[in-house]
Amino acid sequence: MALLSKKDANLILDPLADNNPITIQVLGICSALAITAELKASVVMSIAVIFVLGVGNVVISLMRNIIPSKIRIIVQLIVVATLVIIVDQVLKAFAYELSKTLSVFVGLIITNCIIMGRFEAFALGNGPWKSFLDGIGNALGYGVILIIVGFFRELLGSGTLFGFPVLGDPIEKTGLYATGYENNGFMIIPPAALIVVGIIIWVQRSRNKALIEEA
Amino acid sequence: MAVKTDKNSYTVVFAIVMVVIVGAILASMATGLKPKIDENERFEKQQNILYAMGVNNNEGEGDVAFIPTTEVEEDFSKYITKQFMVNTNTGETMESGEAYLTDMKKQLAAIKSGNDESLPLFVGEKDGETFYILPMYGKGLWDAIWGFVSLSSDMEVQGVYFDHKGETPGLGANIKMRFFMDDFEGERVMDGNNYTGIAVAKGNNDPLNNDKDDHQVDALAGATITGNGITAMIKESLNLYKPYLDKIRTN
Repeated sequence: MALLSKKDANLILDPLADNNPITIQVLGICSALAITAELKASVVMSIAVIFVLGVGNVVISLMRNIIPSKIRIIVQLIVVATLVIIVDQVLKAFAYELSKTLSVFVGLIITNCIIMGRFEAFALGNGPWKSFLDGIGNALGYGVILIIVGFFRELLGSGTLFGFPVLGDPIEKTGLYATGYENNGFMIIPPAALIVVGIIIWVQRSRNKALIEEA
Repeated sequence: MAVKTDKNSYTVVFAIVMVVIVGAILASMATGLKPKIDENERFEKQQNILYAMGVNNNEGEGDVAFIPTTEVEEDFSKYITKQFMVNTNTGETMESGEAYLTDMKKQLAAIKSGNDESLPLFVGEKDGETFYILPMYGKGLWDAIWGFVSLSSDMEVQGVYFDHKGETPGLGANIKMRFFMDDFEGERVMDGNNYTGIAVAKGNNDPLNNDKDDHQVDALAGATITGNGITAMIKESLNLYKPYLDKIRTN
């Protein structure tokens, strides 16, 4: 790619797989469990995190030389909270319909460990452009897992994708349900997300042996 | 640029400056956007009320479709003929053009503490039919739930709209889906002379909701507490509006 040097491209590509924030660093698990019962919620949350992490990383990176190290965590928290409130207010004013579905998740972003983790681990020590790429990359890596988990949970738990019934009607017993198939109510509750994330980690490590730690 | 960032005085000054800047940004944004947000909230209320009386853009079995915000104000004044504040003890009414803007949470709290005794109610007219629309407010699993229930003069439900602040997506949040709300249509809130309301019931042997006289609708899987909240909300509201509803029935 001519647009990005190889090193810059890796900042985006690494978190997608080999350094994924959820499956490798095990950050941001809380929201991954909470909101992945529906695919739509997963997509929306991913987009919101991409914005907040991208912008937040740049802001922290620009301030990195003047932030007193004693209060840097609080400063980071204020930056996230400010961004989240701005997003919430702007949505309420200009995209009210969207804000109603989003507002629960937007609030959740403040507590997302990935954001604080990237501020602390990357943005405090790197320039704005690199920090921006790192933020986008990590948010994408987070989003990919969210969407995979959301896909399986909604499909197996409710028999729908994006609210669209793909397996037939469970009440009228059409499609797959005619053969005696039933939705698995367990997939809708949060522990199911933990199991799906566990399976993703398992698959990923069995495909890439370098990720397995020495016992 | 060599700033000594680990000095205590620098830390304090930095914290103060940062808080002032952030505070100023947020405060100016909140004031700047407030009129726009208030307007959105007003339109939403109007859309919800009209939805309960069947003025909406629903098509077939699809999603909830409100009338567009550009038309809602005009339609609201066209279909909603009267707005009252209803006395919950006597059933007496007092007309008020802004009744729909009443904050139900505050109003119910005031009634509980004895500071007030009136609740809003709206009367709609469409195709020669009269709709008595009751606003409701209650508690779900995580946070507030609220809604509008439209009743005919013989206490049959003509339509409902429910919404919530923070119920679980995919579970309790489904109270605002049509497959849940549509079940209420045609149900009766009275059993003999009692205002029994409509219960959100699990395993009521009528998942397709063909029986309209059982005072039950089918519950949502995985949302027992939200469903119970709806049941309780409807029952409580009917109790509060009882004096007025008695009047409509006897007229």
